[in-house]
Amino acid sequence: MTLVDLGWALLRIAIMLGFLLGTLPLVIWLERRALAWFQCRVGPNRLGPFGLLQPMADAAKLFFKEEIVPANADRLIWALAPALSLFPALVAAATIPWGPNRLLTPVADVDIGLLYFLAMSSLAAYGVLLAGWSSNNKYSLLGGLRASAQVISYELGMGLALATAILASGSLRMTSIVEMQAEPLWGVVPFLHNWLIFTPWGLVGGALFFICMLAETNRAPFDLPEAESELVAGYQTEYSSMKFAAFFMGEYIAIIAICAIMTTCFLGGYLAPVNFSPIQTLAETQGGVFSVLATITVALMPPIWFLLKVFGLVFSFIWIRATLLRLRYDQLMNLGWRFLIPVGLVNLALLVVYIVFGWVPALVGYALVAGLYFATVGARRPPKRTVELVSQAQPYRPKEAHLG
Amino acid sequence: MAERLLFFLLALIVVSTAVGVVTNRNPVRSALLLVANFFSLALLYFLLSAQFLGVLQIIVYAGAIMVLFLFVIMLLNLGSPEPATFSEQGYRRPLAWLIALGMFALLVSQALVVAGTPPAQADPQVGTARTIGYALFTEWSFAVVVVGVLLTVGVIGSILLARRRSA
Amino acid sequence: MESVPLSAYLTLSAFLFAVGAVGVVIKRNPIVIFMCIELMLNAANLTFLAFAKHQPTLQAQVAGHVFVLFVIGVAAAEVAVGLGIITVMFRLRENIDIDQVNLMRE
Repeated sequence: MTLVDLGWALLRIAIMLGFLLGTLPLVIWLERRALAWFQCRVGPNRLGPFGLLQPMADAAKLFFKEEIVPANADRLIWALAPALSLFPALVAAATIPWGPNRLLTPVADVDIGLLYFLAMSSLAAYGVLLAGWSSNNKYSLLGGLRASAQVISYELGMGLALATAILASGSLRMTSIVEMQAEPLWGVVPFLHNWLIFTPWGLVGGALFFICMLAETNRAPFDLPEAESELVAGYQTEYSSMKFAAFFMGEYIAIIAICAIMTTCFLGGYLAPVNFSPIQTLAETQGGVFSVLATITVALMPPIWFLLKVFGLVFSFIWIRATLLRLRYDQLMNLGWRFLIPVGLVNLALLVVYIVFGWVPALVGYALVAGLYFATVGARRPPKRTVELVSQAQPYRPKEAHLG
Repeated sequence: MAERLLFFLLALIVVSTAVGVVTNRNPVRSALLLVANFFSLALLYFLLSAQFLGVLQIIVYAGAIMVLFLFVIMLLNLGSPEPATFSEQGYRRPLAWLIALGMFALLVSQALVVAGTPPAQADPQVGTARTIGYALFTEWSFAVVVVGVLLTVGVIGSILLARRRSA
Repeated sequence: MESVPLSAYLTLSAFLFAVGAVGVVIKRNPIVIFMCIELMLNAANLTFLAFAKHQPTLQAQVAGHVFVLFVIGVAAAEVAVGLGIITVMFRLRENIDIDQVNLMRE
């Protein structure tokens, strides 16, 4: 490794961290404004244009706040936990390519890129778990326990979803996964890209991954570890000042990183929705305006497409948060173990059918499985219990105080 | 030279965290030190050009097994340091270190046999997922099936253990 | 670049194994004992990989890696069952000092 290589590597790291930390206030602002919009409120709109400087003000406020340490906390682990939640989020995006230029991105184009992401995201459980335990607070502990169980359960579904991308592209390398998606759609439509989400296995895998990434980042409707209404913010209860800010940043950076993974693996990464390569051939033959257009579409646009897709996903996170109700704990576990994992396994099996036998048997298989599902499980409606429950309802009577 | 420096740094972390796991009285801190140990072991695997296994080590050991350990520690509230009511057997501690010293000496004496082995350069293909996967599903396919059966038995066993008896 | 000799890896792995063995003997919390067993398994893994790097053929090198994979798999199964047993043990009696788990002897 020469000094020049080292310089490029440092530049790549700086760009990646700059991207993550630079979009962070934007995402926080988007969350607050969009959530307000969904709830017919105004949201923060005073500081700067459209309230864009509000996250900075929040950061300044948190920075100057008093830090309160719980009396019986395990000080060392308590102080370590926010760092442990921020660190995996910051490094998880290292293998994601955000453009076609291999000198600038990704930070490290290793041949186990996707596994690296899985490894880093699996470390994210520690921050929450340890924060919950070391605070010495029952709500925090419950939040930490819930978070660890949830993350372990949904990691399996996430692995199965990502396995579709691995199998379809035949590589764990992020750049090859994107390049595989640059081929014409279904091998026949030349002006569109073959994004994985446009294939049946990719659609199922992408849907699985989307659900799993909501759960992995502890977002609504899977925000049981930090449910305000039952656990008073769960593992974050005892944190204030900069340590709380670290958790906050870790959560949002993890959201950005995981959206970038979804973009890369299922939504074609930095590829445009339309294939612009004809412009490039025109530029080579005609020159003039076409060469300018070719530069724009080939060199400048890919990062913008990437950003647009990532922000679209982040917006869908907020939308879902404003729309769906929080799951009950047993519903969460049932969804993870009894629905997502079987679906992921069947999807993988059908993808193997496609790879070995071609697309006709695979599509027949999808039709058969979907038909079977709707004929058996899907046709069974849950019995309506509302009326019955109301008639059984008892007025609330506090227990008699136990005397003696 | 850089590789040696990296090795000694990582070895230092591995050794100190391993000693910490055993000497620490607080189970949660032991578990955390073990996570650090596994993490630096994974980095050592990278040095041995086993990048696939290094990442797998982080996913399986650091990401799943140790989270499970911490989960059980917290669920059963075992996080407090070992209480004094635990049976004290004074002779056992020094004896254990003595036995370990003997074991270490024995193993190192065996390691010294290969001291003259010239440092080798691994095949660049060896650590990749493709090579290992190919070997797994051709040469070692029977063993893969056996491990699969073992894991299934493990899952069923743990479910049976965790079930509360209704009778 | 001068690479690390095989004996250095073996010494490190021997140390890990010995420390793990000490932990199994002197610790009385079953979970910590379990963690020490994991430490010993990892020592074995390190040995496998160190030897694998010094094998002459690609096939032999990959064999070492495959064995590590199997050890990781076996460890995962072992942890699933072992933690289940510890949970049941804790349900039967509050105290889980490993020296006092002698139900079979009584």
